[in-house]
Amino acid sequence: MDLSYGTEYIAFREEVKGFISKNKDKQPKAGAEPGNPELLAWQALLIANGFHSRTIPKAYGGYGAEPDIIKPRIISEEFSKAQINTGFSGQGISMLTPVLLEMGTEAQKQQFIKPTIHGEMVWCQGYSEPGAGSDLASLTTKAELDGDEWVINGQKIWTSTAHLADWIFCLVRTEPEAPKHQGISFLLFDMNTPGIEIRPLVDMTGKANFNEVFFTDVRVPKHQIVGNRGQGWLVANAILGHERGSLAPPDAAQSRLDGVTRLMNSETIGGEKVIDNPVYRDRLLKLQGSVLAQKANDMRLLSARINQDQSAKLAGMIVKLTGTELRHEIEGLAIDVMGEIGLAYGDNPYLRGNGSWQYQYMYYLGLIIGGGTSQIQKNIISERGLGMPKEPKIEAK
Amino acid sequence: MQFGLSQEQTLLQDSVTKYLRDQVALDKVRLIASGELNDAEIWQGLSELGLPGLMIPEAHGGVGLGALDAVVISECLGYHVTPSPFISSAAMAPVPLIASNRDDMLAGIATGELRVGVAFGEAIGARTGAGVVAKGATLSGKCLFVLDGDADHYLIATTDKKIFLVSTNASGLKRNALRTIDITRSTCELVLDNVAADLISEDPRVYERTLDMGRVMQAADTLGAAQCMLDQAVVYAGQREQFNRVIASFQAVKHMCADMLANLEPCRALVWYAGHAMDDIPDEARMLACHAKAHLSEVGRGVAKTSTEVHGGMGFTDLVGLHYWFKRIGANRQLLGSPELVREEAALVQKLVDQA
Repeated sequence: MDLSYGTEYIAFREEVKGFISKNKDKQPKAGAEPGNPELLAWQALLIANGFHSRTIPKAYGGYGAEPDIIKPRIISEEFSKAQINTGFSGQGISMLTPVLLEMGTEAQKQQFIKPTIHGEMVWCQGYSEPGAGSDLASLTTKAELDGDEWVINGQKIWTSTAHLADWIFCLVRTEPEAPKHQGISFLLFDMNTPGIEIRPLVDMTGKANFNEVFFTDVRVPKHQIVGNRGQGWLVANAILGHERGSLAPPDAAQSRLDGVTRLMNSETIGGEKVIDNPVYRDRLLKLQGSVLAQKANDMRLLSARINQDQSAKLAGMIVKLTGTELRHEIEGLAIDVMGEIGLAYGDNPYLRGNGSWQYQYMYYLGLIIGGGTSQIQKNIISERGLGMPKEPKIEAK
Repeated sequence: MQFGLSQEQTLLQDSVTKYLRDQVALDKVRLIASGELNDAEIWQGLSELGLPGLMIPEAHGGVGLGALDAVVISECLGYHVTPSPFISSAAMAPVPLIASNRDDMLAGIATGELRVGVAFGEAIGARTGAGVVAKGATLSGKCLFVLDGDADHYLIATTDKKIFLVSTNASGLKRNALRTIDITRSTCELVLDNVAADLISEDPRVYERTLDMGRVMQAADTLGAAQCMLDQAVVYAGQREQFNRVIASFQAVKHMCADMLANLEPCRALVWYAGHAMDDIPDEARMLACHAKAHLSEVGRGVAKTSTEVHGGMGFTDLVGLHYWFKRIGANRQLLGSPELVREEAALVQKLVDQA
């Protein structure tokens, strides 16, 4: 066991700290909308110094560093410690860019990666459909070739940021005769194309975090496909694997748990601090045990990536399931700590922490379901992790 | 950076596992549980592998390894529900005896010839009718559920976190075996009437480190036992057929196994980290030892129940013997502080609660 990052990283940590102390005043103000010039300037500064899009080649607008697992970790640690804006995130950056680097044509890389990582081109993801959720490969939105254009008809759902997005990466059925996993293609197109209608989908939080997107004879140039016809499922799976790990990182769980601890020190019941009530305190400590276990698991996974150690495969398969469930519990404890104040929402004057506990409690229930439900995760863990057999297949209707 | 076991630790794990698989199969555990055999032969075998002196310095005849190495061993012993006094004699006892330079004892412990039991229950939280009081160089009172019913000496802690050493043969000491649910390891009651006792330590930190060491080893023992129960459940579900399919193909059964894995896998990293902290991160060691013990108690209980259910009626029988693991996990949970008490200690360590 050696938990030090090694001497070669000491200088790098100092470099990150130096950047932060010199530039922290240039940070954009909280709540700035996408497209705000301050945000774009900050993003450009982060990339120019290698604190965002670090390993993306210079030719595509990135910083062009050699891959290194520890440096991004140090950047994230120092930015988080100093509470510094880490730049743009979103599905274009976290999911599409890696796919284009892996499977895109040279022209696609040139066209899309630079504006995407610089926050000038915002993407949404068109995967789920009303009839294709856990069984995503049964999706029916179809694209038919007409001359040099795909003609797309169908409907997507759970499309986050569709209303803000410039472009969409979208799974469509192009080979209706092929087996369901081999009939899908991965298309990219402009959200301003005629025939696209976006309807906000208000969820239990009261916000429209998602949308429904309808396509009626949407015409898309033939070359805007990633991979070959019928390869879309391979592309999508590569991205989903990436998404699962990043939905509920243990460091964020730790930071929320610290927040609950502060809340328990400031909230009182009949004059007594909640932290002094042994029942609430034990609930906090129970969750702390789970957070510590997940943080240790995360260190193990980091180490496995650095040392190319295959023995942590199972430890990696469980993180989406356990991380989202734990976050939901942490947010739920905060609500219980507040008692009836835990009901407050919106403009209620008794709201604590801007209502983030209530919001996140509901939002994380959404994440337990989204990105592969907990039940689908358990199928994957038991089948691919423990080698248990699949359920017998039912013939398609 | 390397988080996990070293090559040497993996080799240690392999050699102990091989010994236990070959020499201490469930049939032998059954003989000990039924009272037909005691654990002396196993302890002798484990002594040849160096286990009793694992954490005793080489100068005193030990192997001079650390807590993480002992965690590896404890996990193996739990996996095979091995009867042995490892937690008391090899993991806990050397801590205060090294701190107080009791070289005379250490050499004997290292060879496995001397067994030292641990009576800390009264310092952690005495139950009704129990409690021990020091008067001069003597101890009087009653210690319950003392680790190891066959030890030659006992380390007894008092509520002011002092540790005393008494000989099993001392005049005024009466030892009564106490049968518990976990028949793989023995416990006893010590009744003391002005028994001559050696004051080994007055330093609360030594008491705490001794206790933490025991708790981390219990957590590792539970980790091993629970992993074995999960493994057995997956194997059984893959063989048992109902409705013309193996029951492992039913989602209800698969999800039970996935839940066990999802809860247990982070425990492995937590227990390793707690062991490493005992060696190298003194500031975090207490908090992690408490959490490892409490968290493994909770996860272990869930795995013990779920694995038994996956086995259906067979899980409930003595024939399959799954109950040995179930009870081992149960004993690790209750001894050296139940999870509620241990979490409260973790809260104290972090100053989340007034020290009063």
